[in-house]
This record gives sequence, C-alpha cells and structure tokens, in this order.
Amino acid sequence: MLATVAAEFAYWQTSIFKLLMAFVAVLIPAGGTVYLYLFKMVSFLQSRLGPMEAGPYGSLQLVAEVGKWAQKEDVVPSRADAFVFKAAPYVVLISTFLLVIVVPFGPDAVFADFDTGIFLALAVSSISVIGILMAGWASASKYSLLGGLRAAGQLIAYELPMVLAVVGVVIQAGTLNMQGIVEAQTTGEIFGWGALGHPFILTQFVGFFIFLIAVQAELAQTPFDMPVAESELVTGYMTEYSGFRFLLFFIGEFATANIFAFLASVLFLGGWSVPPFIMDAVPGLAPQVDGLAAALGGTTGVAEASFSPWFNLIGPVVMAVKMLALTFIVYWVRFTYPRFREDQLQSFAWKVLIPISLVNIAVTGVLKVVF
Amino acid sequence: MPKVPGLIKGLTVTFGELTKTVTRGAQTVQYPHEKEAPPIRARGVIALHEENCTACMLCSRECPDWCIYIEGHKTLAPPRRAGGKPRSVNKLDRFDIDYALCMYCGICVEVCPFEALFWSPEYEYSEPKIADLLHDKTRLGQWMETVPEFEPYEPGAEVKAKKVPK
Amino acid sequence: MTDLVDRRQMAYIAAQAADARVNVELETEGMTLNIGPQHPATHGTLRIVIQLDGEEVVAADPVMGYMHRGYEKLAEVRTYPQVTTLVNRIDWLGSFANEVPFILAAEQLMDIEAPPRAQWIRTILFELGRIANVTLFLGDMGVQLGAISPVFYAFRDREFILNQIEAATGGRFHPNFDRIGGVKDDLPAGWIADTKVALKAIQRFCDEMEDLIVGNEIFAARTRGIGVIPADIGLSYGLSGANIRASGVDWDLRRDAPCGLVYDQVDWKVWTHPDGDSFARYWVRLQEVREACGIVEQLLDGLPAGPIMAKVPRIIKVPEGEAYVETENPLGIMGYYVISQGGLEPFRVKIRSASFSNISIAPWLLKGTFVPDVITILASLYFILGDVDR
Ligand code: SF4
Ligand code: SF4
Repeated sequence: MLATVAAEFAYWQTSIFKLLMAFVAVLIPAGGTVYLYLFKMVSFLQSRLGPMEAGPYGSLQLVAEVGKWAQKEDVVPSRADAFVFKAAPYVVLISTFLLVIVVPFGPDAVFADFDTGIFLALAVSSISVIGILMAGWASASKYSLLGGLRAAGQLIAYELPMVLAVVGVVIQAGTLNMQGIVEAQTTGEIFGWGALGHPFILTQFVGFFIFLIAVQAELAQTPFDMPVAESELVTGYMTEYSGFRFLLFFIGEFATANIFAFLASVLFLGGWSVPPFIMDAVPGLAPQVDGLAAALGGTTGVAEASFSPWFNLIGPVVMAVKMLALTFIVYWVRFTYPRFREDQLQSFAWKVLIPISLVNIAVTGVLKVVF
Repeated sequence: MPKVPGLIKGLTVTFGELTKTVTRGAQTVQYPHEKEAPPIRARGVIALHEENCTACMLCSRECPDWCIYIEGHKTLAPPRRAGGKPRSVNKLDRFDIDYALCMYCGICVEVCPFEALFWSPEYEYSEPKIADLLHDKTRLGQWMETVPEFEPYEPGAEVKAKKVPK
Repeated sequence: MTDLVDRRQMAYIAAQAADARVNVELETEGMTLNIGPQHPATHGTLRIVIQLDGEEVVAADPVMGYMHRGYEKLAEVRTYPQVTTLVNRIDWLGSFANEVPFILAAEQLMDIEAPPRAQWIRTILFELGRIANVTLFLGDMGVQLGAISPVFYAFRDREFILNQIEAATGGRFHPNFDRIGGVKDDLPAGWIADTKVALKAIQRFCDEMEDLIVGNEIFAARTRGIGVIPADIGLSYGLSGANIRASGVDWDLRRDAPCGLVYDQVDWKVWTHPDGDSFARYWVRLQEVREACGIVEQLLDGLPAGPIMAKVPRIIKVPEGEAYVETENPLGIMGYYVISQGGLEPFRVKIRSASFSNISIAPWLLKGTFVPDVITILASLYFILGDVDR
C-alpha cells in the first residue's frame, strides 16, 4: 500500500524525501538520546535533576545549547592548517550520514537497500577515523595530536572485533543484506520453536557482547574514551574546536551512537520487525504468504516472506524502542566505569576480543553445517 | 558464593542511585524556586544594631582585612535619670562594611564589646556591580530583622545563650 | 662533467646512508607537554612540564607558585586571632584542621591548655574536616580516571558533613572556630544527633565507593603497580599522611604524638598497606574515612561537660619564644613554626604543609610512566594547590 504510494512519485521527489528523512533519522534520535540520557539519565544517576529551566522539565535545553553554539565565534588556531581543520568535522559527519542509509526502518522504509548492506556500514564507519585524524593533526595542539593518534589506533583496533562479531550473524542469516538479516530473524526458529522468531541475540550472544564492546570503543565512550580523556588530554582531538564545528563533532558522536544502536538492533534484536507471536495476534501484521510453514521450508533459513506494509509505520517505532534500550546500556556503562589505559585497551582488543570472536565464528560455522 | 565481578557491582550501584532519584527525588534543590534553610549560626551577612554601637572602632581594628569603615562624633545625650547630667556619647556617622573584601571570619562580631553586631544567615545580596557590595549603616541595620534568636546549647555546655536585642 | 656525476652519486650514497641510519635507530624527537596551569587534572593551578617520548615520560618537572598567597608573610602583620582566618584557606577542603596546629603552637608559647571539652570539640571538628577533605578525594580519583559519577556522590555526601560543620561553627569552608585557649562557641543543641546521621551517610558512601571503584577491575588495572613508592624513598622525600602509610610505614601523629587532641581517649586503628602503589593510597584513604567516622562517633558519645575556654587575657600577647607543633592533617603532616618576640603579631611563621612535600616526589615518580599514568599518580598523591603554594 505504502509502497504503491511511493511508486507514484518521481525519482527526484523520492530522493528529496529520502534526504529529508535521513536528516530526521540522524538528528531526531540524536537529540532525543542526548536529552533523555546525557541530560536526564546521567543526572538521575548522580542524584540530581539535570537541566530544568529551558522548557518543561528542561526539554528545550538542547535547543538552547545549539543556539549557544551556533552564535559562538568560530576560532581557528593561528598555526592550524585552516582548511583541514575546518573540513574535519564534516568528514566525521559524512560518515554518520553514510551509515544511516543502510539501516532499514521497515520493509520499504530504507534509504538504499544494498545487497552487501552490513559490509558497507562497517566500511563507511571507519571514515570517521580520517576526520578525527584530520582534526587531531590540523589543530596544531599537542593535546589534539595525542588525542587524534589515540583515536586512530583505537578505532582501527576495534574495527576488527566488530567485523568479526558481525560475521557470526552473517553466517547464520546467510546474507549480507540488512533486510535479509531482519527477515531471517523474524521467520527463523530455534530448534523448531518459532514463536519468538530467531533474534540472533539468543544464539549469537557472544557476538552481541563483543559487538557492544566494540561499539563502545568505536564511539570512544568510557571505558574506552582515551581519545577525549578529559582529565588527561583536555578533550583530545576536539580541544581546539569551538562553536558550530564543535557542535558538528557533538552531533557526529551522538548520532553515530544511535546508528550503531540501530545496527545492533537490526543484527541481533530482529530490527524493525516484531516477534511472530505478536504478528499472529494482531490482524493485518502477518506476512502475506500462503502459509508461514512454506516460507520456513527454505534451506538457507531466509524465507521469501513479504511483510505487511504497516511495518513501514510500526518499524521506525520498534527500531526506536530497541535503539533506546541499547543506548541506555551505552550511557549507563559510560557513566559508571573508569577508563582503560591505552595499552590495556589495545591488548584487550587483540588478545581477548579478537580470539573470542574468531572462536565464535568457527563454532557458528560448525553448528551451521551440523544443523 | 562466587564473587560478583566489580564491573557488575558498579553498574548496580549507579542503577540503584538512578531508581532512588526517580522514586525518592533528587538530593539537589532547584535553587531559585526552592531554598535550603541555612543553619542558625551560618555566617551570611552582618547586621548592625545601631543603638548599641558606640563607634569604639574595635571591630574595625580587629578585622583582618580592615573592611569596616567607621566615622563618629561626640554628642550629648539626654540624662538617663531626671535631673542628671547630660551624657556624652559617640554618635555614628558612618558604618560601612565592604562585603567585596569581607572574609566572613566573624572576628568583628566576636570582639564587639557592646553587642552591636550580629550574624544573619541571609545570603542573597549579590550585586551586579562590585561597588554595591559596600553596605552602609541603614542597609546593615535592615539586616537586623533577619537575625535569628541564638540557639540553646548541647547538654554539658557552660556558656549561656545570648539574647538578640530587637 | 664527470665531477658533477660523481658529486651526484656521492650525494645519493650519503642520502641512502642517512636513510639507513634512520631506519636502524629511529631517531624520534621528544615533545614537551605543559600539563597546566590550566588543565583539568591539576586541581587548580599546578603546572607540570613533561618531556615526552611518544607517550612515555622522560622527565617531569612540577612548577609551583601560581597560587602563592603569601600567608607566611601576611601572618607577620596579623594578630594571633587574625591568623586563623588566613590559614583556613591553606587546605580549603578540611579547613578546620589548618587552624589547630597554629593555635596549639600559640597555646604552647603562652603556656595555656584548653579545657577538656574544648579539646574534644576540636578533635571532633578536626576529624570532620578530614572526612570532608578525603571524601572528595575518593570521588575525584574516579573522575581523574574517567568515571564521572563517583565525584557527584562525593559532593552529595560531603554536603552532610559540611552542613554539620556549618551548624557548629557558622562557616562551611572556613570555620575560624579555634581560639587560643579553647573554641569559639559550644555546640548547638541537637548537633550530636544530627552529626551521627551525617556519619551514617558517609559510611554508606564508603560502601558505595568500595563497590564502584575499589572493586572495579578497570580501576584495579589502572592503579595497581602504578606509581609505586618504596617506603625509604618516600620517607627521604618527606612524604607523610596516607601517602606514606600506603607504603607500609606505620606512622600517624594522631597516635604517636597527639599533641592537644584527644586521640588517646578513643579506640581506633592506623591503616597501612604494603604495596605503595596508587591503589594502596586510595584504599588507605578509604579506610581512614571509615576510621574517622568511628572516631567521631566515639568522641560524640563521650563528650565531657565543662567550659570551652581557658582563662585568656582579652588582648592576646604571646611571650617571646619559639614553638613548632605538627599534627596529622587530612593531607599529611602539617606543622607551624611560630617565633614570637612578645608582640601582638607573630614575628615569623613557617608553615610546613603536607602537599608541598608530597608532590616533591613527583619528578622521581613520574619518570618512565605514560601520560595516563601521570594523571593516576598525581591524583593518587592527592595534593591541594592551596596547600602546595600557601
Ligand atoms: S567578618 Fe571578618 S572580614 Fe568581615 S567585616 Fe567582620 S572582621 Fe572583617
Ligand atoms: S560595632 Fe561594636 S566594635 Fe564596632 S564600633 Fe560599634 S560598638 Fe565598637
């Protein structure tokens, strides 16, 4: 139904619509989580209320902050490499926006449905490293330089466990396509029991765990926040930034957190879909195929089911709920733990996470063949 | 019982605080809307009971940063008893305390031999201009209304609680 | 012509040789990093000039004096009662403890002894000052290592103690309550009961820190074996307080020389730790806060009745002489060397503040560590800039 509506528009119209939606998908969740978690949850965690004055219960605080940042002077240090310095926040932001285009929010509500979606996501997520290195180098500040180098080392080290953690999911789903992964989880079943579907968190919990840790490190959140370690490096690569450019980094940081949470919910929590027993209970939600069993009969585990178009509306909500649950963990951990030291972090990645994820892949592969 | 890893314990501590704040409210107060009452002895602002002051300058001399400015002159006051001689008293012309300099040490209040100075726990008198922090004797006299009665002491104390002249 | 070719060849060979040399022993340039005076990890205005090789510290040099307020000199032109208002501001977190040794020195010169009740009140407030001071360290150490929440808990629970200090003395931060011959005023009614409630909050806070920080594996990984101070080196640098007790030296002036304070009346224990690393310093301080809670509780129960002021002349003139009194302050040993020439003002006051000696070990300790460890070590040494610079 919605798909047919969408088909009536010209290509450029849908493109503009998608562009707008991309901004919505990046900025609204970012603003929401910043208010919910960074302002409120962390305050509650520390027995205070957080911002209360701007808007009811401080809900417009973020608007005030953005206004404050936007009107600040755009300072470029005199010895900085001005062009690179100015461009760096945009590079970080580009990586964020490229990430969001592969995230599916519903059967048709996806910006671009690549066959190798997850592969692309993992690839573009490392573009931000370039931006961070640019920022660290161009700032002409020792703290920034140290922060930038730390960030580069850390992000590269944690890229690997993240990729390896995803491999387990890919093996189980049998596809790199994000929609395919969602379908595999909805229509799959665990040892013949399909009421819950087959969210990969149940069978890939090791991968899920590693993925979460790697996300925490990719986002440079405590306990992996040495790149910005404020008690050591002031704010690392962001030290020299002010005003609007700082805001861009800020958006990049929190929007990327959400998008990684979106990715994790697609990969491990069933994405925009809901478990089959809910689908069966609510009329109109069930996949429109002649008999679910037929669809499940496929040997690959990926069923060719077509989902109710209502999921284009429900999907984003479902995704938002899952995303909020995951980002809660991210910030909860962030505001509880102290940070690792650089070398501890590296050895943790190389000596613990990567071996575990390799074992996980091997076990997954073997079990996949056996069952 | 196996030891719970510290990482998990830490998470439960912060989560416990989170639920505590949600269910029982925060420890902080929203300042301009609600206020905490400072204790009675709190050294907020110095109030001057002008009738008692004899311009003896003791407070001004003992103040560690000399931020009390006093000027006075001698006058004749009517006799205390009918038919007596008029008394010669010191009349205050100026009594200023510069709160921009004051260290809130309380020495002036302590040394005043005539019970003319008192502490009030009032604290909301900040000014946009630093010069306005110089309170003259009218302003200092107005603080007198906010001076609380002295508290009784813990059992075992031998000092007597004083009275605030009103 | 051939000459030119030759020269080119020679230059080429020389360049190759230079490259080879670089590859053999990668000559990297050191970097000088100024940590401070405006840096989030220096609790004020300490500046540490660090020579870095990569992230490794080659040399560290603390530069002090950005907060020098000249209290020793100022004390020469202040009367004895006025000096306490100044020394309040040396270690601003546990202010009352700064007044005590000075007053004790003056009392020694005047040959006055405070009545027992005054001594007990002094000891109670002294320990409350210690709690107010060290609780902040317990939370702040978390912040220095990246955990943000503990410091909020520290500020929250420290507030209960500050409230009690304010209720008794009138001043939250700068009590100015100690007088030659006793204390300024007696305790207000209900104070003892309220203080016991506040101590409960502190004990709860200590348990929280035990779970949140001491038990945390990341914290242990960051602090264990970092910044180890062997006992003899620590002593030779003049370290004192919890810093030296964490190296296994059982030395606490409260027990060994309780001059004018009543620590011998209560039952308590000096905590030490054999390791001497940053973790040990944190752990010892945590135990000391708990111990201080116990001390205050016992003192509150046993507070004797009586006067709070000895007979003291109205105008305080201190007879000629010299006195040195030191006490075990929250940060370590604090001493006042007071020389009097019989006037209203001291002739000379020398202040031995604990933090100044405590950070003098920093150059030795920081050599060969990494930048993140610099922060850990500085945080665990726990100095207060007012106490360093005076
Ligand atoms: S409180 Fe202290 S500093 Fe302030 S006016 Fe009185 S004596 Fe002077
Ligand atoms: S306030 Fe007290 S000490 Fe000061 S001049 Fe008046 S009477 Fe003297």
